[in-house]
Amino acid sequence: MSSLIPESGWADMSEPLSWAAIFGLMAKQFWPVWVALTVTFALSFRFKRSLGLYGKLFDSPVAIVGFALVMFWVFTALFANVIMTFDPLAQLGSVKNPLPGAVVPEGAEGQYKWFLLGGDHLARDVFSRMVMGARQVLIIAPAATTFAFLVGITLGLPAGYIGGRLDTGLSFLANLVLAFPVILLFYLLVTPEIRNTGIPVVLAAVLFLIPIAFFAILFQSRFHTSPNKRNLYVGITLVLGLWAYSGLAFNADPLGVWGMDPNLLNVFVSVVFVNAPTVFRIVRGIVMDIKSRDYVAAGQTRGEKGWYIMLWEILPNARGPLIVDYCLRIGYTTILLGTLGFFGLGVTPESPDWGSTINAGRKLLSMVPHPAVVPALALMSLVLGLNLLADGLREESLKD
Amino acid sequence: MLAFVIRRLGVMLVTALVLTFVVFFLTNLPPNLEKLARSEGSVRMTDAAVASWLEEHGHNGSVFYRYAEWLGAAPGWVITDEKGVTRGKCIGQRDDPAMAPKFCGVFQGNWGVSTVFKKTVLFSLGKSMAATGWLMLAVMLVMVPVALLIGVLAGMREGSRTDRVLSTFSIATSATPEYVSGVILVVLLASPATGLSPLLAEWGWIGSKTLFMGTATSAMDNITFWNFGLPVATIALYGVGYIARMTRASMTEVMTQQYIRTARLKGVGFRQVVLRHALRNAMIAPFTVIMLQFPYLLNGVVIVETLFNYKGFGWMLVTAAGNNDIEMLLGASVVAVIFVLVTQLISDIGYVFLNPRIRLG
Repeated sequence: MSSLIPESGWADMSEPLSWAAIFGLMAKQFWPVWVALTVTFALSFRFKRSLGLYGKLFDSPVAIVGFALVMFWVFTALFANVIMTFDPLAQLGSVKNPLPGAVVPEGAEGQYKWFLLGGDHLARDVFSRMVMGARQVLIIAPAATTFAFLVGITLGLPAGYIGGRLDTGLSFLANLVLAFPVILLFYLLVTPEIRNTGIPVVLAAVLFLIPIAFFAILFQSRFHTSPNKRNLYVGITLVLGLWAYSGLAFNADPLGVWGMDPNLLNVFVSVVFVNAPTVFRIVRGIVMDIKSRDYVAAGQTRGEKGWYIMLWEILPNARGPLIVDYCLRIGYTTILLGTLGFFGLGVTPESPDWGSTINAGRKLLSMVPHPAVVPALALMSLVLGLNLLADGLREESLKD
Repeated sequence: MLAFVIRRLGVMLVTALVLTFVVFFLTNLPPNLEKLARSEGSVRMTDAAVASWLEEHGHNGSVFYRYAEWLGAAPGWVITDEKGVTRGKCIGQRDDPAMAPKFCGVFQGNWGVSTVFKKTVLFSLGKSMAATGWLMLAVMLVMVPVALLIGVLAGMREGSRTDRVLSTFSIATSATPEYVSGVILVVLLASPATGLSPLLAEWGWIGSKTLFMGTATSAMDNITFWNFGLPVATIALYGVGYIARMTRASMTEVMTQQYIRTARLKGVGFRQVVLRHALRNAMIAPFTVIMLQFPYLLNGVVIVETLFNYKGFGWMLVTAAGNNDIEMLLGASVVAVIFVLVTQLISDIGYVFLNPRIRLG
């Protein structure tokens, strides 16, 4: 890349950039990402034999490419403040849709000289918005997927293990949600009117309680024979969990550390709500398969309680397909969040997230493509990375 | 078999009732009704005026009762105001109140009137569903053969170069949601400024400014390859990857079976083995996947119809939702929910027909 940019002479401040120079400058802008990627890969390759499943990733070319793509965006999200060239909300000048490489009109001293990837209809820098959008996506998507998994696992384990009425009831509920066309559900759940009725808060109150219950039961079932340890772990879970719970679900954290914008809470809850039933079905299926194994029978004969067998015997043995699905599901959640943004649901109009930028850019798509194409390619590469990673993981985990 | 179908139909009915109630509840929340009152009555209504408007139009009372009214399982509301004029859910403007039927809901074929389109819900639904039907048909005709072909070609020799290339392609397409591929396809093929079109126009190969058309509005009256190609390709592309991967998985599994090896050892040619012995057994899993793909197709349809401005079911759903058109939204969701449930049922029954090893109890 560096050979494309002559050391001097190219920096003629009044000329638009060529494509080679644009890519050169972008590569330079992403330097923290390159450093972090190099360090990660060097360390991972050095110690790959002692890193378990994570180390095995580096035996599969597909997984390496996927992991690199995902980590590229993770580091971009982490270092977004250093990478971006402008404030993603700042309007720079009055020219609409400046082209990639165009010169930024004279402004404050010391600001960046070019629109690297052009500007949008309000003359905001597309490159900076894409970088900041990565942060938005990578905070919500993994968090929402994790919650969906905790909810799906907590309900799927007993449904598969105990079966009977409980299974029938929970499966019926899951099928109910799954029979809803996703977009219709979003249009009904993610609106300002719904926010006023408090339904998202009620949903959050129920959904967010389940992860706390999960960890409490996890420790209770493992350590109930040694009360000291049990009290410590369950106590920590309850204190931390309920503290976060008060802030996230009700926005009433006494210390003000945890909190969520009502808009965001609405989106978050809806995405968890849509994803959890699918996870539930997967977990239930795996549990029904595993529960006939000998080690489960051995646990039962030892007199272990149901939750111990579910959480400490069955769940660890179900981790392979669950990890693979987790990767895929983060990608799917990213797509869902993009869909929400695309329809302008639950996001503020100036938000730089990729879905709403694509939506804003598509109106003039056939004349000025760059405001929509840049976030579209960004979203595609992240999801592609996650899918490749999942594929590689699946292959490597099947090798044992 | 019959008992299974009947039980499934029963569960389906309960599911449909619960889901439509949820939609009814969510669309008839007080803030939505207030918005409806202000848009139908006047924007500057006082809160008291809103309350009386709602009462006069039968939006008061318990949500369960109103749901039953909407269904047609409870008598419609009738109100006589101070002037002695009797109005009601089942009484048209010129009808005689005494002659009007007591029940008028979905069961009686009265789905209400759309406030946005100013037509009955059934009429708007029928029109938009016909439009979407063509779109879905075209998508299925493109998507299913392509996906099966890719899956079978990739799965018949696992690990070969063909397999690697096709598998990467399917992963890439399933990572490209419709709003991304739509944008990219328009920029490449339907923009007068970028992509292929300016080149082709310069060479004189195409008469118009762009190769494909960036909107599908004209396809409402007359479907051509050039106005329908991009929307169909956009939806099909996202689905192809998933179905192809499922077909590949099923195909690779079949190809490792004993009977395939036996056939090969007996000297049957590879082509014969794939076409005669493997293909039929490998098609069982993809069939279910294809049927279950329909609900996701609905998602794609909504996005693509919005993106390409094709006035079908998805476009109507978005318009109704955006304009708080409660009865239209209810009608659309009834259709969507029944559509999803029926495809699930067909996929279950078809699975049994294709796979004689499965017995339904």
